[in-house]
Amino acid sequence: MTPVDSRLGDLDRARWRMALTLTGATVLLYFGFIALVAFGRSLLAVQVIPGLSLGILLGALVIVASWILTWIYVRWANTVYDPQVRALRESGR
Amino acid sequence: MTQAAADTAIGQPNAVAMAFFFVFISITLAITFWAAKRTRTTEHFYAAGRTISAGQNGFALAGDYMSAASFLGIAGLVSTSGFDGLIYSTGWLVGWPVVLFLIAEPLRNLGRYTFADVVAIRLRQTPVRIAAALGTLATVTLYLIAQMVGAGGLIRLMFGFSYEHAIILVGIVMIGYVLFGGMIATTWVQIVKAVLLMSGALLLALLVLLRFGMSPAALFAAAAERYGAGVLAPGQLVSNPLDAVSLGMALMFGTAGLPHILMRFYTVPDAPAARTSVFIATGLIGLFYLLTFILGFGAMVLIGPEAIRAVDKGGNMAAPLLAELLGGTPFLGFIAAVAFATILAVVAGLTLSGAAALSHDLWVSVLRKGRADAGEQLRVARIATLALGVVAVGLGITFKGQNVAFMVSLAFAIAASANFPALVLAIFWRRYTTAGAVTSMATGTVVTLVLIYLSPTIQMDILGQGSAWFPLKTPALVTLPLSFLAGILVSLVAPEPEAAAGFTRLERQTHVGGATL
Repeated sequence: MTPVDSRLGDLDRARWRMALTLTGATVLLYFGFIALVAFGRSLLAVQVIPGLSLGILLGALVIVASWILTWIYVRWANTVYDPQVRALRESGR
Repeated sequence: MTQAAADTAIGQPNAVAMAFFFVFISITLAITFWAAKRTRTTEHFYAAGRTISAGQNGFALAGDYMSAASFLGIAGLVSTSGFDGLIYSTGWLVGWPVVLFLIAEPLRNLGRYTFADVVAIRLRQTPVRIAAALGTLATVTLYLIAQMVGAGGLIRLMFGFSYEHAIILVGIVMIGYVLFGGMIATTWVQIVKAVLLMSGALLLALLVLLRFGMSPAALFAAAAERYGAGVLAPGQLVSNPLDAVSLGMALMFGTAGLPHILMRFYTVPDAPAARTSVFIATGLIGLFYLLTFILGFGAMVLIGPEAIRAVDKGGNMAAPLLAELLGGTPFLGFIAAVAFATILAVVAGLTLSGAAALSHDLWVSVLRKGRADAGEQLRVARIATLALGVVAVGLGITFKGQNVAFMVSLAFAIAASANFPALVLAIFWRRYTTAGAVTSMATGTVVTLVLIYLSPTIQMDILGQGSAWFPLKTPALVTLPLSFLAGILVSLVAPEPEAAAGFTRLERQTHVGGATL
């Protein structure tokens, strides 16, 4: 294996580890919410403050958490992944 | 309460709606004229010359994705059934992070115009392209039918045109955008639509909240006071948890397999721009679905479920009724024009991606083995656009009065079961083979169609049978794993050494980008 190959392998593993971890988190988040909707009806009916039921709050939080997960990925890709891709591209020419 | 139905201007020709509508048509046709002069090659026609910025593509993705069904349908569902409608609001968003993490950047680095480019990259072109084009066309056709039938009904309700006139009008304007302006015009129609839709929804939500001291909780409390605390908690919609999980899988992974969405990633200059554009689209779409909470409960409290159902049984007129109540006929006219723009932007994107499958995948790659010159490619792309546009109008008229709401979730189920697994395995897995890819895509498409036919949606709701052989309304829970399994097993049973040998180059190109293209 040349150094370029091993660096590509490392980069590949790092990218997929990040992508799969965050995908897993999204799946858990959404299907966790669906499981609560299916099996935790009385819990979701609890009103945190008058009018704001736990169900509505968690539904909104699923959307907010999706934003946060995409933000984590974009930040990682911009600061860690992109510079390594650039280095790899230059070394490959 | 049904008095409200008689008081509304919905269904009457509305001068303000007409004015907004003509302004929108004039602006978008001017854009199309401008774009037509810039559309000289297939690179322009399919991918806007790869000159769309990340920010522009973020808005265009949002405009491509947010259909009239989600704007009018979810607001209606929340206004008539409360919390249950919100399950959809979240479900329509959660596919976007998956698109970002798994698909957007590799797709941009590996392909040119269609997702079949990526699946076929180290495999045998002809069988893979045919299978991928069938998956694409199945998804696009079902989605188009749902959009066209919805369009006919909505435009009839809002502008007072006949159903057939509405469909033909949508067809002609949409064909005009795509045929002459290609992806450049389609992108700008989607951007204009996204801006209009977001501002309309924001303004409407603001006007609702002003009535409740700017407090969403006060709005929800008012809904609970009038219609019982049950509207704030899960109700009967999720009576079968497996159904909910299956629908969730279709929405989550189907988004990452929708051809018209995937195609948009080819319009930006590079992979980082593709990444940023999904981030922006996720922000916009998430904000929009949060606003549907306010719009839905606002319509429930201020107009009432009975009055909403009196105008349209499906509840689709909740947001327009709310606009009329809070901003009078001018605001109703604006929202009606926004709904129209919404439909046009989505059908234009769908038609363009279907035309790309027909011309780029089937004609150029399969029939002509890549030997078509640039002029022929562009000509075939335009003929395919015209043909698909005419077919869309024909299907819209054929399915008049049919219950087609299920076709959207069916389109998502096929995208999740046929397109998504093939794409992921092609990018991820060294030992993937031509036979594996074809089996996986064919299984995903065919089994999904068969199981939908055997499901309660068709057997009981449409054919009126007493029972259904397959218990789930959406088959993704079965068909998505089945498609992965078929692809993996067939690849392992009959290895394809040339395909595995090509993987190292693909791996490099996934990250570094398209030196070979």
